[in-house]
Amino acid sequence: MQMNRRTLLQGAAALGLLPVLPTAAKATPNAGGHVRVAMGHGGTSDSYDPATYANNYIQAQTYGRNNMLTEIAPDGSLRGELAENYEASEDAKTWRFRLRKGVTFHNGKSLSVDDVIASINYHRGEDSKSAVKSLVAPVVDLRADGDWVVFELESGNADFPYLFADYHFSVFPAEDGKIDFSQGVGTGGYKIKAFEPGVRTELVRNPDYWKSDAAFFDEIELLTVLDATARVTALTTGEVDIADKIDPKTGGLVARSPGVTLMETAGTQHFTFAMDTRQAPFNDVNVRQALKYGINRQELVDKILSGYGTVGNDHPISRSNVFFNHDLEQREYDPDRAKYHLQQAGLDSVSVELHAADAAFTGAVDAATLYRESAAACGIDIGVVREPNDGYWKNVWMQKPWTAVYWSGRPTADWMFTTAYAADAKFNDSFWGNERFNQLLSAARAELDQTKRTEMYHEMQAIVRDDGGVVIPMFANYISARRDTVGAPETVGSNFDLDGLRFVERWWKT
Amino acid sequence: MISTLFRAKIPKTALFGLVVVSVYALLAVATPWIAPFRESEVVGGAYMPWSALHVLGTDNLGRDMLTRILYGGRNTLGIAFTATMITFLIGMWLGLLAAVTGGWIDQMLARIVDMMMSVPQLIFKLFLLSLFGTSIPALILIIAAVDSTRVFRLVRATASGVAVMEYVEVARLRGEGLAWIMIREVLPNITAPLIAEFGLRFCFVFLAISALSFLGLGIQPPMADWGSMVRDNATLITFGDITPLIPAAAIALLTVSVNFVVDWMLHRASGMKD
Amino acid sequence: MKSILKLVAMRLGLGLIGLLIVSFGIFFAVEALPGDAAEAILGQSAEPETVAALRKEMNLDRPALVRYGDWLIHVVQGDLGRSVATGRDISVLIVPRFSNTLFLAVTAAAISVPVALVLGMAAALWRYSTFDRAVTVGTLTSVALPEFFIGYVLIFIFSVKLAVFPSLSSIAPDMGMGERLLRTILPAFSLVLVVVAHMMRMTRAAIINLLAAPYIEMARLKGMSNARVIFRHALPNAVAPIVTVVALNLAYLITGVVVVEVVFVYPGLGQLLVDSVASRDLPVVQASCLIFAAAYILLNLTADVVAIVSNPRLLHPR
Repeated sequence: MQMNRRTLLQGAAALGLLPVLPTAAKATPNAGGHVRVAMGHGGTSDSYDPATYANNYIQAQTYGRNNMLTEIAPDGSLRGELAENYEASEDAKTWRFRLRKGVTFHNGKSLSVDDVIASINYHRGEDSKSAVKSLVAPVVDLRADGDWVVFELESGNADFPYLFADYHFSVFPAEDGKIDFSQGVGTGGYKIKAFEPGVRTELVRNPDYWKSDAAFFDEIELLTVLDATARVTALTTGEVDIADKIDPKTGGLVARSPGVTLMETAGTQHFTFAMDTRQAPFNDVNVRQALKYGINRQELVDKILSGYGTVGNDHPISRSNVFFNHDLEQREYDPDRAKYHLQQAGLDSVSVELHAADAAFTGAVDAATLYRESAAACGIDIGVVREPNDGYWKNVWMQKPWTAVYWSGRPTADWMFTTAYAADAKFNDSFWGNERFNQLLSAARAELDQTKRTEMYHEMQAIVRDDGGVVIPMFANYISARRDTVGAPETVGSNFDLDGLRFVERWWKT
Repeated sequence: MISTLFRAKIPKTALFGLVVVSVYALLAVATPWIAPFRESEVVGGAYMPWSALHVLGTDNLGRDMLTRILYGGRNTLGIAFTATMITFLIGMWLGLLAAVTGGWIDQMLARIVDMMMSVPQLIFKLFLLSLFGTSIPALILIIAAVDSTRVFRLVRATASGVAVMEYVEVARLRGEGLAWIMIREVLPNITAPLIAEFGLRFCFVFLAISALSFLGLGIQPPMADWGSMVRDNATLITFGDITPLIPAAAIALLTVSVNFVVDWMLHRASGMKD
Repeated sequence: MKSILKLVAMRLGLGLIGLLIVSFGIFFAVEALPGDAAEAILGQSAEPETVAALRKEMNLDRPALVRYGDWLIHVVQGDLGRSVATGRDISVLIVPRFSNTLFLAVTAAAISVPVALVLGMAAALWRYSTFDRAVTVGTLTSVALPEFFIGYVLIFIFSVKLAVFPSLSSIAPDMGMGERLLRTILPAFSLVLVVVAHMMRMTRAAIINLLAAPYIEMARLKGMSNARVIFRHALPNAVAPIVTVVALNLAYLITGVVVVEVVFVYPGLGQLLVDSVASRDLPVVQASCLIFAAAYILLNLTADVVAIVSNPRLLHPR
C-alpha cells in the first residue's frame, strides 16, 4: 500500500478530538496584561524534572516554559511544534521529524537536534525513572540526521507523533547528551520568574519567543488553590481571572455570577468501576453483564456530575473520538435484563463489594452508594467499602476485586486500549484477556487504511462493552471558569481542561 | 430540703439543655420508626426544595434530608458518646494515677503523652488507620486515642494541684490505698474542669469525624453522619445556600445544650450556694 | 527558684530524648504506611521498573534503619538534608513556610488568649447572667462548627458580601507588612473563633470551681468585691487548668491549622506536611514533625512550669 505524508497527516487530524462547546465571544488577541490563575492541582513535590510530572499544574507551567515536538491543535488535529514537519515510512516503523530552525532557549542557546534527542533519551533506557518510559519503550533506535530526528520502532505505529505532544517530552537544553532542567529553561513563551512548589509560579513573557501569534500575557501567576470553594470565591470576587476544576455542584451558581463565564469541555476523562475478571463472581461474563445493567447511568451523570458529563457505554472511547462507534446500542439501566443475566450465570442474587474513595474521583463514594441502591432492585447486593484516600492507588486499585477508578483518557483509541485493556498492559485493571480484542489491537495499530481501522476499532468497542470487566457509567466534562477580563479563542482544545492546558499561550487579557 | 433546693434552682438554660438533649436522645432511639424513608433510599432528584413530602428537601444524591438528619443523629450520637467515654476512661484514670503517684510513673506517663501529642495528628491517624482499618470501632478507637492525651494532660495538671493538699497528705498518712485516694480524695475535687471538658470533648467528636472524612475515612456509606453531611455540602455556603446549615445547626444546638447542662452540673459540683 | 531551673533543665533534656524517640517513631510510622516516595511521585501510572529506578535514585533501596541513622547523623550536625521528591534543600523549603505559620499563630494567639481569659473571667463573675449565656452560646456555636465551615462563612460575609478582605491569603515573601496583615486577618479570625471557646470555657469552669472554697468565702465575708475576689484570689489558684488548656490551644495554632491553610490558601507548614506525607517525602516529614514536636514540648513545659510556680505546694514538695 502506498502512503504519502499528506494522507497520513490528514488521518492524524481526523483522529483528533472535536471540541464540543466553542466559547461564545469572538475576539482578537491583545498583547499585555497580568493574569492570575487558581488551579486545583500542584503540591510541594512538584519540580522541573520531566520524569516526574504528574498533574495539571505542572503541565500548564510546562506549556509556558517549554515546547514539545508536536502539539494538539485546538481543533483536535496534530501539528508540529518544535518539529516543523514529520513523516513516516510505509510501514510506519520509521518516523522522521524535521526540527524548526532559529529557535533559542531562554538562556540564549540555540535549539539543536541533540537537545531533542537528549530530552527524549532521558525517558528511555534501563535506568529511566520516567512516568512515560513505556511510551518510548518501542523505540529501538533514535538518531540525528542533519536537521532530522529519526526514530526506529519495533513495530508500526500510525499514531506515533501524538506521543510527542505529551508534556513529559519537553525539550530542554542538553550538554554532552544530558539535559539540564534545574532552572526550568526551555524554548517556551514564558520564562520562570519565581517558582514555589505547591504555592505559586510567576511567569514573564519571553520577548524572543519563536511563535509570533502566541503568548499574549505579559505576566502569568499560577496559584495552587486546592480547595474548590476557595477557587470559586477567588474567581467570583475577582482575585483571580481563571479557575479550573469547578465543583459540579456549584457549576450553575458560578455560571450565574456576574462577569464570569463557565467553560465546559467534553474530553476523554471517564470514571470506571473495574472488576478483577480472574476472580469469582467477576470471572463469569454474565455476572459482569448483570452488573452493567444494574447501574443507572443517567442518574449518576445528573447527581454526581450535576449534568456536566455524558453517559458511558462500558468502553473507554469518548464520543468526540473519530473512531467512536455510534452504532453501538447505549446500555441502559434494566433490572429485568440484569436478572436475566444473573439467571444465565445460575444465580438468583449476587453479593459483591465495591471499594471506593474520593481519591478515585470526586464523588466516587457517592456514586458507589447510588449504584448500590439501583442494583438492589436487580438482585445485586453491593456493599460499598469506603477506603482511605491515602495510598488508594497502591492498596486498593488493582488489589481489591472491584474498585472505583478515574481515567483522564488518552488522545487516541490505540493509546487508551493499549494502556488499560490490552492483555499484557500493566494497567489492565480488570485483568482481562480477550483473544480477538488483542489481535485487533495490534492489527489496528499498524493499519494505515482509515476505513479498515475504523471497522476494527468499532468491533473492539463492542467487545469491551459486552465482554470487558469494566463498568464505565460516565464521561465527566472538564468545568472551568474565567472572568470576562480574559479572552479565549472561539475554538478551544478539548484534550485537557483550559484549552488543552495551553491557555498560557493561547488566551489573552481583554 | 436538698430536693426542694434542687427543684427551685434548676436554671432555665439547664432546663432548655436537658429538654433538647432528651429530645435528641429520644429521636435517636426512635429513628427507625419515625424516619419517613429508609436511611439510604434515593427518593428523587438532588437538592429538591422543601415540600410537604420532603420536609427538609433532599441531599446531593436525592435522599430525604430529614431522614438523613435523623439517622445521622442516631449514628453520630452513638459514636460520640462511646468515643468520649473511652477517651475519659483512658485519659482520666491515667491522669489521676500520674498525679497521685508522682515520681517516675508520673514522669514516664507524662513524657509518653507529650510524645504522642507532639506527633502531628495526620500521621498519628494514618498510622492508627493502617493498624486498625476503617471500621466504626476503629474510628472510635482512633478518636479516643487522640483525644485521651488531651484529657490526660488536663486531669494530671488539675489533680497534681489537689494531690498535694493537706487532706490528701492526711489520707496518705492514714494509710489509704492508691485507689481510695484517687477516687475518694482527688477525683471529687477536680470534677468541675472534668465535666467542662466532657461537654466539649463530646462535641469535638462530631468535628473529628468530619476531619477524618478529609482523609477519606469516617463512617461507611450509606450510613449518615452529621460531620460528613456538613462537609459534603460546605462548598455551597459561599453562595449563601442554607442546605449545609441544617446539619451544622443540629450540631451547634446540641453542643450548646449539652454545655448548658454541663454548666449546671458544674455549678452543683462546685458546691456553691448562690 | 533553683528547683525550677533544675526542673526546666531536666525537662529540656527529656525533651531532646523525646524528640529523638518521636523522630524514630515518625520515621517508622511513615515507613509502615503503604507506598513510598517513588510510587507516590509517579502516581497512578507507576510501572514497577520505573518505580525501582526512581527508588534507586532516591536512595530508597537501602534498609530503613540505615536511612534513619544517616538522617540522624546529618541532623545532629545541623543539616536537615534534601527533599527526596524535589531534591531541594529542606531548610530553604521550611523556613519561609514556618515563618508564615508562626506569623499566623502569633496573630491568632495575640487576639484569642486575652479575649478568652477576659470573657472567661467575666462569665464567671456574672455567671448565669444574660451576658454569660450570650458568651456561652456564641463561643459554643463557633466551636461546634468545623473549621472549614467557619472559614467559608467568614469568606461569604467579608469577601463575597462586604468585599473588605481578600479571600485568598496566599502571601508572598516580597509582600509588605500591611498587605501581609490584611491577608492574614481572615484566617487568623477563623482560628480565633476555633480556639477561644475552649480556653474561655476552661477559665470560667476553673474559677467557678474555686468559688466555693473556704478562703474565697472568707474573702467575701471580709467584704471584698466579686471582681476582686475572682481576680486576686480565685484566678491564681485556677492557673493550672487554664494554662494547660491555653498551651494546648497554642500548640494547636502551630500544628493543627492545615484546614484553615487550605481554605484560605495560606502557605504554611501544615500544607507542606500534608503534601510530604502524601508523597512520603520522609526528610521533609521529619523536619516538619521535629518543629511541631519541639513546639509541643516547649509549650507543655511552659505550662507545667507556670502551673508549678503558681502553686507553692508544688513548688516546694514535701
